Amino acid sequence: MISYILRRTFAAVILLLVVSAVTFAIFFLLPRLAGQTADQLAQQYIGKSPSKADIVAVKHNLGLDQPVYVQYWHFIKGIVAGATYDLGPTTVHCDAPCFGYSFKNHQAVWPELTSRLPITLSLAVGAAVLWLVSGVVAGVISALKPRSFLDRTFMGIALTGVSLPMFFTGNLAILLFTYQWPIFGKTYVPLTENPAQWANTLIPAWCSLALLYSAIYARLTRSGMLETMSEDFIRTARAKGLRERTVVTRHGLRAALTPIITVFGMDIGLLLGGAVITESVFSLPGIGQYAVQGITDNDLPKILGVTLLAAAFVVFANLLVDVLYAAADPRVRLS
Amino acid sequence: MTELSKTGAAVGEPTSASQPPKAFLEVRDLKVHFPTDDGLVKSVDGLSFSLEKGRTLAVVGESGSGKSVTSQAIMGLHRLGTSGKNVRMTGEIWLDGKELVSAAPSEVRKLRGREMAMIFQDPLSAMHPYYKVGDQIVEAYRVHHKVSKKVARKRAIEMLDRVGIPEPAKRVDGYPHEFSGGMRQRAMIAMALVNNPELLIADEPTTALDVTVQAQILDLIRDLQKEFGSAVIMVTHDLGVVAEIADDVLVMYGGRCVERGPAAQVFEQPQHPYTWGLLGSMPRIDRDTSERLIPVKGQPPSLINVPSGCAFHPRCPYADIPKGNVTRTVRPELEQVSTGHWSACHLPAEDRERIWTEEIAPKL
Repeated sequence: MISYILRRTFAAVILLLVVSAVTFAIFFLLPRLAGQTADQLAQQYIGKSPSKADIVAVKHNLGLDQPVYVQYWHFIKGIVAGATYDLGPTTVHCDAPCFGYSFKNHQAVWPELTSRLPITLSLAVGAAVLWLVSGVVAGVISALKPRSFLDRTFMGIALTGVSLPMFFTGNLAILLFTYQWPIFGKTYVPLTENPAQWANTLIPAWCSLALLYSAIYARLTRSGMLETMSEDFIRTARAKGLRERTVVTRHGLRAALTPIITVFGMDIGLLLGGAVITESVFSLPGIGQYAVQGITDNDLPKILGVTLLAAAFVVFANLLVDVLYAAADPRVRLS
Repeated sequence: MTELSKTGAAVGEPTSASQPPKAFLEVRDLKVHFPTDDGLVKSVDGLSFSLEKGRTLAVVGESGSGKSVTSQAIMGLHRLGTSGKNVRMTGEIWLDGKELVSAAPSEVRKLRGREMAMIFQDPLSAMHPYYKVGDQIVEAYRVHHKVSKKVARKRAIEMLDRVGIPEPAKRVDGYPHEFSGGMRQRAMIAMALVNNPELLIADEPTTALDVTVQAQILDLIRDLQKEFGSAVIMVTHDLGVVAEIADDVLVMYGGRCVERGPAAQVFEQPQHPYTWGLLGSMPRIDRDTSERLIPVKGQPPSLINVPSGCAFHPRCPYADIPKGNVTRTVRPELEQVSTGHWSACHLPAEDRERIWTEEIAPKL
């Protein structure tokens, strides 16, 4: 088991390096291949009518005059050992792990990401608990009484939930529950400051996000349960004289939940990399909003940082899923 | 009374309806029907038999003849789960003086696993892949016995040892996928017998196993039966298994019993053309390889539109011998041909005798 985890961790690190190389290449190599010169790239960082000298200076400071692989090496070195940026008149030191420096608003990317992470984390984890519980419960009930009134109601809600985009449900929730009937707070408060207020402001976002996701989980659980409940080992469990409740939970749900772990890991990993739309709709200053900022400002270091963080979360979540899967299904442990 | 004695295959005095029988297990006019979108599937349609403790009854027939449905009906498994509301079960199943068809589900549940237990065809899919073999046996024991996990575990190891699993104290912590097919079926048997059930139903217990392992498993079941004195119902389509283990044989066709009697009699003097067909399609080592097996021609009957009259008539080579249209219009009832040997066939006794001795027996 330990060697399995070590092997998987090693593979995850390699994968992250590959992702960083590809992302870096997309942002710094592709423009070159498409015919942009280093001068043109540097020009973005200067005011409207740059002088020749300015361009040369910026180009040199940003390392744009070096080959791309050297730039990539500096970037990776920065993550491990930190980096110093020469801004002409002054120099800025960016502590390790340095995921780049935004020259547009003169901030290192990493501290910005870590300060925003708790918000994204609050949103993702709260919503995940909600959707996992509601989705699985609805799915199990639907599977146990297929074609019943409850089944049709749950599956109807699920279909609605998965069909409505966040722009709609999110804005509707805000309109109804923070303006029409002001039950919930408007501005985010950190958990450490005021837990009640924290939950209060996040509830509409949690519910909107959970509605979107629980639909998928309800359907997944339903089909998984329908399948496992017709397995031979369920018949064996019943033949032992177990209570139906035990048969459903200990034997049926246990087996049906394993594939859900996989999907859950992926979803939570993706969300931690920034719930872009949800954060924008609910004005939550999380990582997703930072990504939007980076894209609208055409600020490459920000985008690169968010992309890498998101990739790291997805890779890490997958690693966790693999380990959990091995713990859940003894047949996986062999290989 | 008389109606029952005709349809019932019970050996000896027929007991009147709704009275507890003398036999340990008695099934009376059992019907298991499943309404579907295509129509009513009559999986079992009027089946009666009885079984004493210490005896083994083999239920034979092709796929869809209702043999597995019968065994699951006795266990009360059809009434559980999502299909539970759809099944229509009538008739009576008496187990040790208790009637099970009309009993409350909770009552049947308490008997399930304790007084009657079941072994399934494929032990790999019949065991939960995520739980240790020992834990699954412990679970089976603790449903019916208020004992600690430690005591139950000791019992599980004891049972694994009894069914011939080497190093039971180690294997008890193994997972089903770590067992070989034969060992898995042994563990399954250990799980079924952990509560000393008086009725053991084995649903094709050797079908999924290696031929060399099959004999070992049959020996094991026979030994355990002797030791515990339980009644065994062996559901199979393998006549070799029947010859090996059965005291009595019940041949099913289209959800009904077509022939029933002591195993020796059914093998030596089979009365029903379908039984002849089963015997003819069985490979034998002492037969010349150039001789071909004689398959039963045609398709198994639809259980929604069961053929009128004798359900076997569309496939029966002798359907035209009885006078008139009787094979196509009248359903034959079970009639006693010799003590305890019953058959449901319109063929006159002398024709049956002649066909068997002149046409069928020489070819077997």
